[in-house]
Amino acid sequence: MRLDIEHVTHYAFTEPQRRLVQLLRATPSSFAAQHVVDWHIDVDCDARIRPGRDGYGNHYTMLYVDGPVEAIELTVSGEVLTDNRHGMIEDANEPLPPPVFLRSTGLSQADDAIRSFARDVENAESDPLKRMHLLMERLLNEIRFEPTLDAVERDAATAFAANRGVCQDHAHIFCAAARAIGTPARYISGHLFRRDGATEQEASHAWAEAWLEDLGWVGFDPANGISPDDAYVRIACGLDYREAAPVAGRRLGGGDERMRVDVRVTEAHMQHQQ
Amino acid sequence: MAAKFFDEIWGYSRGRKPRPGFEEIAHWIRSTPKKEMRRRQDSAEAAFRQLGITFNVYGEDEEAERIIPFDIVPRVFAADEWARLSEGLEQRVNALNAFLVDVYNDRKILADGVVPSDLVLGNPGFTPAVNGIRPPHGVFAHIAGIDMVRTGPDEFYVLEDNARTPSGVSYMLENREAMLRLCPELFEMFEVEPVDRYTDALREMMQSVAPESAPKDPVCVILTPGHFNSAFYEHSFLADNLGIELVEAADLIVDDDIVWMRTIGGRKRVDVIYRRIDDDFLDPLVFRPDSMLGVPGLMAAYFAGNVTIINAPGGGIADDKAIYSYMPEIVKYYTGEEAKLPNVETWRCREPDALKYVLENMADLVVKKVDGSGGYGMLVGPSATSEEVDEFKKAVKANPNGYIAQPTLALSTVPTLGEKGVKGRHVDFRPFVLSGANGVETVKGGLTRVALREGSLVVNSSQGGGTKDSLVLRPPRDQKQSQSQDGRSQSQSQAKGGS
Repeated sequence: MRLDIEHVTHYAFTEPQRRLVQLLRATPSSFAAQHVVDWHIDVDCDARIRPGRDGYGNHYTMLYVDGPVEAIELTVSGEVLTDNRHGMIEDANEPLPPPVFLRSTGLSQADDAIRSFARDVENAESDPLKRMHLLMERLLNEIRFEPTLDAVERDAATAFAANRGVCQDHAHIFCAAARAIGTPARYISGHLFRRDGATEQEASHAWAEAWLEDLGWVGFDPANGISPDDAYVRIACGLDYREAAPVAGRRLGGGDERMRVDVRVTEAHMQHQQ
Repeated sequence: MAAKFFDEIWGYSRGRKPRPGFEEIAHWIRSTPKKEMRRRQDSAEAAFRQLGITFNVYGEDEEAERIIPFDIVPRVFAADEWARLSEGLEQRVNALNAFLVDVYNDRKILADGVVPSDLVLGNPGFTPAVNGIRPPHGVFAHIAGIDMVRTGPDEFYVLEDNARTPSGVSYMLENREAMLRLCPELFEMFEVEPVDRYTDALREMMQSVAPESAPKDPVCVILTPGHFNSAFYEHSFLADNLGIELVEAADLIVDDDIVWMRTIGGRKRVDVIYRRIDDDFLDPLVFRPDSMLGVPGLMAAYFAGNVTIINAPGGGIADDKAIYSYMPEIVKYYTGEEAKLPNVETWRCREPDALKYVLENMADLVVKKVDGSGGYGMLVGPSATSEEVDEFKKAVKANPNGYIAQPTLALSTVPTLGEKGVKGRHVDFRPFVLSGANGVETVKGGLTRVALREGSLVVNSSQGGGTKDSLVLRPPRDQKQSQSQDGRSQSQSQAKGGS
């Protein structure tokens, strides 16, 4: 598919800010299942923008804004050509060996409940690939997807105990459970083209990848119960949400902040391209 | 009957006959009245208190700011002893730096199976965020504190490597100041290598590792968590001695991937940061988001090669005690030579045979958490109660990967002033090794920690240890050439520095 993505983040502050520093993980890399045709990051004010690559191989962009600033709008847009590889990650830049992704973090820590859930999956299925599919299906069935839930940073155990969550909770639990039974797993942030016609989304998407000896990294989206296909645009990976999140920022100046995110993922029209 | 422990002045003679070369210091210990020693010691401690060289004991109230007790009887290293020791230290630190560059880049040592992959890749000290980084001149551990113990005339062992932000160097410098003031006759008696070389060596090293983009005279700063930190005195002391700014996070900003310091005269670009805050707190955008001690954007400036961070983030993997147990292999792998400084024999509880041995012999062993420090999370079997041993057995069984064990070593003693006069007390040693563009340098001296309680083997200041000055003697050849005149001017110039 040829996908057009527009990811707009709008911040408004109750008091003018003296400075903003943001780390954006908003730029996809090309690999077998996706080819980045074109990508831009724009800000509606004076800002210094610096690109970089982190230890996981993710592209990041540093954004430095001097105040006074009361509102800022950040637009990330581009076009990606996708191919359905059934979640397989081939020809990607992989600077870290899979065993690194066996470690847990605060957000992706398994508790006893997740461990016993993971052991059940392990005992029920011996084939490594089918086992991860089973893990995904069970999460789909057991953790109710509640998109209205606020996207505060919830850890895997809390979401698992509550039996509900948003896509990032599903991804955290998947990682925690897979690691608990010895399968390296990582958190992925990205975008999803909705075939149901819901082009306007309030957040970017998140899923997980597991490492299988014979296949390498394979994606699993436990919030939707499928392996990523050509509707998915993969942006960043990490051990958990914090390491792959679209944005981490600090601001200097008091008051509160209101953030609104608009994501539009649409099929591109050929004439759109120049 | 020979003494059970090696005494660095008296050997095994139980105070009857000093070791060759140590006759003069033995005479000084014998002939200086104990009352006079105590007077001088009290005076030194009063000065330390006034300077504010205090530290907080973890687990005690904030008011429990204490000074680390100071012992007036110095430890003495003969020139040849020191030469062997420093050769070994430099070899080890070179290997540590090569190891750190390797594990964050090519990982050849893992591919070659010298160190188990999972031990490194699964280690909390291995920091994926800095994967792929090659700091300027391949130096991660610019300042290494190598903890050593001694068990005999030529038997030095490395106990642990501190490659993150080793502290204690202010004690090395302040203890010497005190000794020069209070025991000037010792510096008449011996030609002692000056320790104040440390300040110059540190400055030279910091400047040498500045980014290529930096001017000839790079701007270096010390980043402190603030005056509530237990080592704040050392941070301000070092900044004063180096003549550089002591800054807190709020004094630094990152703009356009460049670190700037706010000054009255406006922004000033910073090239080198000697940080005394842990990796976790360095940059809230990359590490702990709740950190108020760090600088947002600092890691981006570092990745862009616009600032050098001393010590480089990610060095904690080299401090890990399970990695330590592979140091002889690591030294050989990178230097092609056998390690000149041996490790203490170490059982890795992750290995089933070792675990079995440790559980069966725990009462005779020292058991440590692989990521513990400061004497916490440690069991000294021979001095532990059977309840404590049982507790530890449970902890080790529950998490074998988290522990190593070592034999209880017969640590050397050094004469130390106590209630009942001068008696041998067990010591360890932390020399400070600097690595920069111009190679590795060990400043001739270090921090000697002494277990003040009779028979105690735990020297940590948090557990009731004290410190002593560590005198490294100049080679005898120099002594003949310069006679006493040089020795005198040497000690005078040092004494002047302290006023």
